[in-house]
Amino acid sequence: MNKITNFNIKVVSILIFIGLIVATHNLIIPKNIFYLFLKLIFLIPSVALIVNIANIIPKHTLLFFSKVFGAIVLITLIIISYLSSKRKPDNFSDLFDKWDSFLGIPLPKFLINWPKWLDTPFMHWINKGWKSFIADYGLIFDAIGYGLLRGYTELKGIIVQTPWPIVIIGVIAITYFTSGRKVGTTVFVGFCTFFIGFLNPRFWDKAIETTTMVVIGIAICIIIGIPIGIAMARSEKVRNAILPILDTMQVIPAFCYLIPGIILFGLGAIPAIISIFIYACPPLIRLTDLGIRLVDEEVIEAARSFGASKKQMLLGVQLPLALPNIMQGINQCTMMALAMVVIASMIGTRGLGDEVLLGLQQLNVGAALEAGLAIVLLAIVLDRMTQAYGDKIQERTQPGKKKQ
Amino acid sequence: MSKIEIKNVYKIFGNNPSEVLPMVKEGANKEEVLEKTGHTVGLDNVSLSIEEGETFVCMGLSGSGKSTLIRHLNRLIDPTDGDIIVDGTNIMELDEHQLIDFRKHELSMVFQRFGLFPHKTVIENIGYGLEIQGKTLEERNKTAMTQIEAVGLQGFEDQYPSQLSGGMQQRVGLARALATNPEILLMDEAFSALDPLIRSDMQQQLIELQSKLKKTIVFITHDLDESLRLGDHIGILNGGRLVQAGTPEQIIMNPADDYVKAFVKDVNRAKVLKAKTVMVQADKFDTSSIKLAETYKVNEGVYIEEFLPKVLENNSTIVVVDGKGDTKGYITSKELAISLSKTGYNETTNTTQ
Repeated sequence: MNKITNFNIKVVSILIFIGLIVATHNLIIPKNIFYLFLKLIFLIPSVALIVNIANIIPKHTLLFFSKVFGAIVLITLIIISYLSSKRKPDNFSDLFDKWDSFLGIPLPKFLINWPKWLDTPFMHWINKGWKSFIADYGLIFDAIGYGLLRGYTELKGIIVQTPWPIVIIGVIAITYFTSGRKVGTTVFVGFCTFFIGFLNPRFWDKAIETTTMVVIGIAICIIIGIPIGIAMARSEKVRNAILPILDTMQVIPAFCYLIPGIILFGLGAIPAIISIFIYACPPLIRLTDLGIRLVDEEVIEAARSFGASKKQMLLGVQLPLALPNIMQGINQCTMMALAMVVIASMIGTRGLGDEVLLGLQQLNVGAALEAGLAIVLLAIVLDRMTQAYGDKIQERTQPGKKKQ
Repeated sequence: MSKIEIKNVYKIFGNNPSEVLPMVKEGANKEEVLEKTGHTVGLDNVSLSIEEGETFVCMGLSGSGKSTLIRHLNRLIDPTDGDIIVDGTNIMELDEHQLIDFRKHELSMVFQRFGLFPHKTVIENIGYGLEIQGKTLEERNKTAMTQIEAVGLQGFEDQYPSQLSGGMQQRVGLARALATNPEILLMDEAFSALDPLIRSDMQQQLIELQSKLKKTIVFITHDLDESLRLGDHIGILNGGRLVQAGTPEQIIMNPADDYVKAFVKDVNRAKVLKAKTVMVQADKFDTSSIKLAETYKVNEGVYIEEFLPKVLENNSTIVVVDGKGDTKGYITSKELAISLSKTGYNETTNTTQ
């Protein structure tokens, strides 16, 4: 009953939105960020509507219709691919002109070797879509890129201009406090930092560039990733929707988004930062989700039984208890970000990866290995700093478990 | 009006509980429903009333629905059908905001595995309910300290739960529940995870606290001895159905079915039955047979174990008196033999009378 009234309200609001969209289409509005927002505003209730309909229709009916829909899409795709192919036979009946035999059974040739015309024109569609996307919304990405570039340049400038002993002392101080005053870790991290510059003076500034990119990339990952992780932990539906996206982000080869990155943001640090986000964010999202779901059910019940609201539960119980896992996620995120920065040197990103690339191009094994070593040292420094903080939190929340 | 009333509550777990409900209402049992629909029946037409200030013990084996039942009282679980009335309010009609308010002030809960917040110290844990209510840190700590003293945990207030033993953790759980000064205390197998000595200690502590505080306590357990010790009334659940509810004596003397009989079989009756329950009424007893020198007076509320040795030693007759000193009835070795025999009090009395 409640569901139905809710549903009606949503239908009405959708109709209003459709009206709005139609109206804005007719007006001549420059295709800018507002236009994109309008589209998003339309998109979100539409998704809600679809989910609502899916909830109301009985499951088996839904399953049946989704199968029928799938079949229709497949058949349409095959027809389109046949019609749009340049290599299709002149006549449909030509398909059955050439025969071959498989284990003595005669078969038309197109069933034996993959026919050239059975090829969906996905590439053309993506290219077409991409072109119009750039034309319409390129400005938005320019704006994002500019903002990020400003932040990157400022931060890098400050650290590069700081005398190097002060930077090393800063790193030591941060490690000392995040690790809970552990002298061993602190001294080790200090030495690693020193050795980055000690290996080759050129590496110092490059390491700072790399670190700045990593830091900004991680900051974006945290700002976007943690709320998504929380949303996933709260709702099964959100999780089911996000998981395939995360799989795609993790599996898709880095070069597939490095190149569109160049087109959208130009060469340099920004596409690298965006790539860091795509590559390094999934583990953080997954570990946030996992961490929150792993919080003891009885502790959650206890909080609920005292009348904790959703916000009190999240901030007071779930997030603090998930923090060791989230910190692990940030640690993973850092390591993957560093790996991505090195790969991103291939699209002209400066930094330590650049040195490795240079060494490879000149077949200078020594230079490449030296730069590689510097990257390892940087990785150790960043890892110890984030790891130490996670350990400290873990000790505070579960003091018994750490001391064996 | 009872403090808590549970009226015809059904709970079915599964994808589509409302479709299965009519089948359960028609009397299909748990196994049938599971086999035919894949739904699990948690509670099947449970009706109960719990009076103010009493300790109601809900007992059953695992899977009998007792933990499900207690979670209905603060709506951690919502019933599929039925009404739950607390203090005259039907809590099924509360909206989300009212429900949160109800949980904040009316009741609190103690959990089997304690449910303490591992990232908070003892004092922060105990003050949690007050924190949710929006009390200041000072107020919280003041109330928490009195509770810490009440459960005897002075000196541990800045420790984390994982640094405490199980018994101490559960005391923190109890103190946390009492800190908000709720009228109703829900205890979900609160002492089941503790070892026997500490458990009996905690039971004693609860009895003492209860004699001072007079809360309405709903206590879940699978241990009959515990329920007899703590309960003013006991309800026994089996497969989601309430098979019997009554005072401990009623349960022991008149088990409703084989399930309850199996439960009470191994009970030490001398510890549970009171003089009042086993005596023969004064007007039905032939007083000519007693010799005055061999009588011994006991109060009607005394357990058998306290006067049993006297009867065995001197073969004396027990005179049961009430608070004013009036004779209410008599107990001889015959009554004791009948009441302590395992084969069932009723059958034996029927054949002897």
